[in-house]
Formats: sequence, structure tokens, C-alpha cells
Amino acid sequence: MIPRFWRKIKYRYDIVGSVCENCGSKFYPPRNFCPICRRRSKIKEQRFNGRGKVLSYTIVHDTPDEFKLNKPYIVALIELDDGPIITSQVVCNPEEIEVGMRVVKTFRKYFEDGEDGVIYYGTKFVPEKIATNAKNF
Amino acid sequence: MRAGIVSYGTYIPRFRLSVEEIAKVWGENPDNVKAGLGVYEKSVPDLDEDTATISVEAAREAIERGEINPERIGAIFVGSESHPYVVKPTATIVGDAIGCGNRFHAGDFEFACKAGTAGIQACMGMVKSGMIEFGLAIGADTSQSAPGDPLEYSASAGGAAFVVGKKRVIAEIEETLSFTSDTPDFWRREGQPYPSHGGRFTGIPAYFRHVTSAATQIMEKTGYKPSDFNYAVFHQPNGKFPVRAARILGFTKEQIAQGLVVGYIGNTYSGSSVIGFSAVLDIAKPGDKILLVSFGSGAGSDAFIFNVTDLIENYPRVPAVWDKINSGITVDYGTYLKLRKKIRLKG
Ligand SMILES: [Zn+2]
Repeated sequence: MIPRFWRKIKYRYDIVGSVCENCGSKFYPPRNFCPICRRRSKIKEQRFNGRGKVLSYTIVHDTPDEFKLNKPYIVALIELDDGPIITSQVVCNPEEIEVGMRVVKTFRKYFEDGEDGVIYYGTKFVPEKIATNAKNF
Repeated sequence: MRAGIVSYGTYIPRFRLSVEEIAKVWGENPDNVKAGLGVYEKSVPDLDEDTATISVEAAREAIERGEINPERIGAIFVGSESHPYVVKPTATIVGDAIGCGNRFHAGDFEFACKAGTAGIQACMGMVKSGMIEFGLAIGADTSQSAPGDPLEYSASAGGAAFVVGKKRVIAEIEETLSFTSDTPDFWRREGQPYPSHGGRFTGIPAYFRHVTSAATQIMEKTGYKPSDFNYAVFHQPNGKFPVRAARILGFTKEQIAQGLVVGYIGNTYSGSSVIGFSAVLDIAKPGDKILLVSFGSGAGSDAFIFNVTDLIENYPRVPAVWDKINSGITVDYGTYLKLRKKIRLKG
């Protein structure tokens, strides 16, 4: 668990994915191989700017025990302005989210491994209209 | 060029808990509490927010506004009394989240509510000596208070981050000094979830002695008097102490109004005086002189004299701290207990 997460810290703490310079395809999580270009793949790491819009979402009411305090929470498909479509949690009340809504990245806690274990952090999204730290407030 | 603030960022969690809501639970009169404390509501962090996430958000805002290349940040110091880990520095999490590479000095500071300003001093020293180009100093907390303790009305969450450097300075540090003594006004022993405090002992011998001594000494050292300053910011454990400290020292209500944020977000501990200072930077003009005095229980005060430079005019300052303060949404006491994990789940 710890090594698997540790290796992905860079990609979870910020939206660091990859782009194929041959065809322009963008990937998150990052890939080292472009399925379109295959052997002609020219993969480069890229940090996406962390803004986008909600394509669709689901409100999760049924959670495993360790997320009981968090329910209900929202998981959305988000189309990044400068990147691919990604899946992420959106932090807001269920009545605040809607399709097409602008969202921006935020740094949050994913989960804690009990009271004495590692704390896992990463990127979630928050609606731009309630994100006080978004540039276009 | 003197070392100073190159950029700053703040983060205040979205939720607010009102004095009415707390007083209702404990059978107290909210008007008496508000009159006594000068606090009306306090910020409450979400379940997935802690000192590390607040630090990262504040740091990212500072880096974005100052257009700082994170790789040129050579030191990160996070001051807090609520670091998520007792062993494992918050500064390491901030470093990876802002993408500053691996070649940076890092450490967590702890000095009750003044650990953030201690970080500014450390960064300033490293910048002036030429060890680093930019340093990142953060003061952030998600302070805990025992249910029913008077501290519950004020203990809140928030933080501010400062990029310190010699180039592109928006507020130069003309002078800084610290006043420190062994004073047990407020403490938390290892392994204890909530702090303890010396009740009335927190006033005169602790807060007022340290804040006024540091302020008086820095003015003596530089030859300034209160009327030379456009703004003054004092640590804000409640809405009363900083007002009284200002009066004792000879500062007017107008000089402290802009930076007095405690009434609507509570005491953000390590974030307190530095969020107030950020609110002042939000409206400061070139040539303005600002006095900042933090206070940390235990006890000590860091005093600073800042001179605002011409560069502040083109520096992006939106959203302002007061916009963030005013954009909270209220929660009830039950939700607050859940958010602060004061409800123990079975198993
Ligand atoms: Zn390709």
C-alpha cells in the first residue's frame, strides 16, 4: 500500500499526466505508451492546469465503513481545459453540483490508514463558484 | 534591496460555526460570549482538510500570484500546533505538492500561535545570507478545543503562506525582533488531544507582556512611534486582546481594523496574525508602514516592521482575505462535531 501510493505522489498531489507529442493525445493517469501511435509514441510528462468542467457525476450514498463520515460524496467525470477527461471527487454539497459546472483542483486528504497509519493526500476538485482560492473568484 | 515578502497567499476553510450555535449546546448566553470575546463565528475545516492541505492551498496561491518558479524555492518552513503527524514534517508534503523538486531545506516549526512568523524570520535569515533565493514560510492550523471549553468559541482553522526573497519584494522587512520567556500560559502535553490553559494567567503575564514588549522594543530600536504606522496587526486569540494591546501601545482603532479578522473566522492560531497581515497587504499602498506582532503561548512574540514597495500596485490581490472571510457557509453543532471528528465511531 505505502510503496504503491508513494510512487504516485507526484501524479496525485498535482494533475501530472502525459502527452504524446506525435498525435497530441493526453493521458491521466500518465502513460508511457500511446495506444494510437504505438511504436511512434513520443511521450512527455505534463502538468495540467487543474481547471475544467463536470461532464457527469454520481452521488455516492453507500460507502465502505471507513468513509462513513464522508457520505454522501460526489464522484465526477471532469473534462480538463488542457487535458483529458478524468475521474475525481468533487467537494461540495450534493445540491451544489450540476453538469457543465466549472471546477478547479484542490489539495485534500484522501484517507487515513487508521489512527496510527499513513495519511494519504491528493487532488480533488471544488466548484469554481465556491473556491475562494480560484483566480477568477 | 532588503529581504521581504515577495508574494503571499491565504486559505480559510469554507464552513463557519456561530457563537449562538455553541452557546445553545452549553446553556450559555451568546450575547455575553460575543461581548466578552469579540468573536461571532469561527471557521471549521472539512473532513478532508488539515494543516497540510491548508498549507498547500495557501502556498499555491502565493506561488501563482507571485509567478514564482517553485524550483527556486530553497526552504519551506511550516509553523503549526496541529501538524498532521507528530513525526513526519508537513513541509515535506507541501514541497511535493507545489513541485519544488527535492533540493530544499525543510522543517516544521512549533511555537503555539507564532510558529508561522518564526518561519518568516528563518527564511529572511537564509535569504539575507545568500543560502537560498526564495523561502516559503507558512503559518497554518486546524486547532482543537475540548467540547465545552471556552476555547471552543474561538479555536478555528486557516493559514497564510509567504514567499520571502530579495527580488520583486512587495513589502520589505525593515526590522524584526523577538521577545521570549518561559511562561506556562497554554500547553498541550505529548499524546493529549486537547490543549490546557492557565485561565486568567493567559492575559497579563503572557499575551500582553510579550506583545507589548516586542512592539515597544522594535519601535525603540528603530525610533518609530505608533503614529508612524499606517497599520498594526497583533495576534488575535479573541477580539478583545489585540484591541487592548493596541490601546496600551497607543495605536488607534483605525490602524488595527483592516487586520482584525478574528471576529468572523476565530483564532486560526499560527494563521491568526499572518492572515490579518495578509488582509492589510490586500489594501496597502506603496510607502505604507506596517507593524506586525505575533504571539505564541509558552511564550513569545515576533515583531516586524514592513515597508510596502511600489511593486504592490501590479501585484494581483484578488480574491482578498475579506472576500474569503465573507464567503463561508454555516454549519450546526452536530455537523461540527462530525467534521472535527469529535464523534468516536465503534470499531
Ligand atoms: Zn500518439
